[in-house]
Amino acid sequence: MELKTVKTHAVPVRYIEAGKGTPLVYLHGAGGIQLGDPLIAKLAETHHVFAPLLPGYGDSEECGELRDMLDFTLHTADVVEALGLKDPILVGHSMGGMIAAEMAAIAPASVSRLALICPAGLWHDAHPIPDIFAMLPYEMPQYLFHDVEAGTKIMTAGVALSDPEWLKGFLVMNARQMGMAGKILFPIPERGLSQRLYRIKAKTILIWGDSDRLIPPTYAHAFKKAIAGAELVSIAEAGHMVTAEKTNQVGAAIAKLG
Amino acid sequence: MKFTWFNLMPWQDLPDDFREKHRSVWVDIDSRLFDPARAHHLYNEYMDLLEYSSTLGFDGIGVNEHHQNAYGIMPSPNIIAAGLARRTKDVGIVVLGNSIALYNPPVRVAEEFAMLDCISGGRLVAGFPVGTSMDTNYCYGQIPALTREKYNEAHDLIKRAWSDPDPFAFNGRYNKLRHVNIWPRPIQKNMPIHIPGGGSVETYDFCIDNTYSYSYLSFSGYIRAKALMQGYWDRVADRNAPDDSPYRAGFAQTICVADTDEEAERLYSEHVSYFYNRCLHVYGGFADAPGYRTIKTIQSGALSQYAPPVDGYGELTWKDLNEQGHVIAGSPETVRQRMEELIKGLRVGNVFCLMHVGNMPKDKCMYSTKLFAEKVMPKLRDMFPDHKDDNRFWCSPLKNQAKPGNLPTEQMVAAAVGGKD
Repeated sequence: MELKTVKTHAVPVRYIEAGKGTPLVYLHGAGGIQLGDPLIAKLAETHHVFAPLLPGYGDSEECGELRDMLDFTLHTADVVEALGLKDPILVGHSMGGMIAAEMAAIAPASVSRLALICPAGLWHDAHPIPDIFAMLPYEMPQYLFHDVEAGTKIMTAGVALSDPEWLKGFLVMNARQMGMAGKILFPIPERGLSQRLYRIKAKTILIWGDSDRLIPPTYAHAFKKAIAGAELVSIAEAGHMVTAEKTNQVGAAIAKLG
Repeated sequence: MKFTWFNLMPWQDLPDDFREKHRSVWVDIDSRLFDPARAHHLYNEYMDLLEYSSTLGFDGIGVNEHHQNAYGIMPSPNIIAAGLARRTKDVGIVVLGNSIALYNPPVRVAEEFAMLDCISGGRLVAGFPVGTSMDTNYCYGQIPALTREKYNEAHDLIKRAWSDPDPFAFNGRYNKLRHVNIWPRPIQKNMPIHIPGGGSVETYDFCIDNTYSYSYLSFSGYIRAKALMQGYWDRVADRNAPDDSPYRAGFAQTICVADTDEEAERLYSEHVSYFYNRCLHVYGGFADAPGYRTIKTIQSGALSQYAPPVDGYGELTWKDLNEQGHVIAGSPETVRQRMEELIKGLRVGNVFCLMHVGNMPKDKCMYSTKLFAEKVMPKLRDMFPDHKDDNRFWCSPLKNQAKPGNLPTEQMVAAAVGGKD
């Protein structure tokens, strides 16, 4: 697994590359992604995985020119092209799922296989999604993980949530990353995707943790209804970070796309 | 020196156990704590106090904008300012200010400020805050990382709307307007503008480059403000500003005056405690939306609010608040000495005097205000003799002011139109 850089129209983009096989592009969620991510490792056993970082994530350069959903969508399509890929398997988690769904809706001929892992992008007044932008770090694990205690350790790599050094690092990273994510998720993570989902032609797998308390499984059914032929894989004892909590099951579900 | 009597308009009835029972005074404050009939009296009392202070020699009376906030029940300062413009004379109407990134389109601010300037006869001192994260992002839904860009565009639009004599098209990113041509126009051609800031270098530069006054409106007092204001003055020097006039800066300070230091504690301690221990109880998750503040600010900031709460809340005592400078309180002589330290130490020509504090009743507020106006303010007038003619940051009222409420009697009207009744 390696961290590399590819040039795009907007800004140089950092991406993780790993494995061999069918090309697969993985779009991370609002929390970002790091080298050594277990799901990337899992997917790399069978696929050639490319996981681009959104500008501002990790150590990558920020990009003020990306402001709205269309900018994010076209930028990510630019990244796929810059990587020399044509119609790779497209996978997105949470915010990454929202971007992947937009890409598949805007250019249905370019995306034939799509996996959406508890994607953002829809909003139902009866099921408001908790405001991640108004959460303190110590409040997050309860929304992100089925097993809150184990999840907290995953989030902090074992350090206490009140540790000042960890907090400072987290807040600085958060300001860059969530500042960028906020352009499509703040204050409500909805930018009109529902009226475009009908355009998706891809074979679509929806993957959802049964105990997702951030984007509850009711949204899985909304996506399933809106995307023709979509298959839903529900995973027991997993929260929004199903990618970390049930990595093998998520990998197996994605493998259905080939 | 320019002294402005400033009122935040706090709600006065937050319960004793407010911090234990409610997570925030701001954004998601419980509406059941609000009583509209009580607010009727409170608004009128606060406007009365602003009007009263205008008769005592203050240079300005000041209002500001907050949303969904129990320590500032003034989402529209312009409404208050309009009332004050009618009922006061000579004094500056300091609106500090309108959060210009929040208005769609921001020509609304250009129009309302022009109206206020016309109604008041050129007494408007205008403010353009970027706004707190609580107001701007959490209450008004602006995207944090785009707020400053939207603010800058709004600023350019308002300035041009005030000054361009001809209709113009404005093709902004956030505002597309084919025919900008506001009516009325402000009396003051060079509107004095104050920008509230919290230490970002961008805001320092914005003030220096546009000849705006930089206002630090903190509640934590002049001692803690030293480093921030020094940062501003260093920047003024580094950026080769044409001068270092103290009127390029302003500061807000809580002030309580009594006959003696002991009397100040006896009269004001509970109200100061109400403000500092109850009104400033803001949920940490609303303090700073990611992307709103710069990385450098976060690195230098306090982190305690982001950590899990420890058991209970500490109370800041009268002694703490005075020693740390949050509050300047005491006899006229004590207050004079400390104000002199503040004015010299921070080098500020504009002082926004927070003389109504928390749940202070009007009689105590009037008592403190009058003592300050009569026994403290006159002795602080001449702190910067070299800059006494610097009027760039203050209003220039019309010589010929209208007299409100000056209609003829009905008999005079009858006579004037031909004797019919």
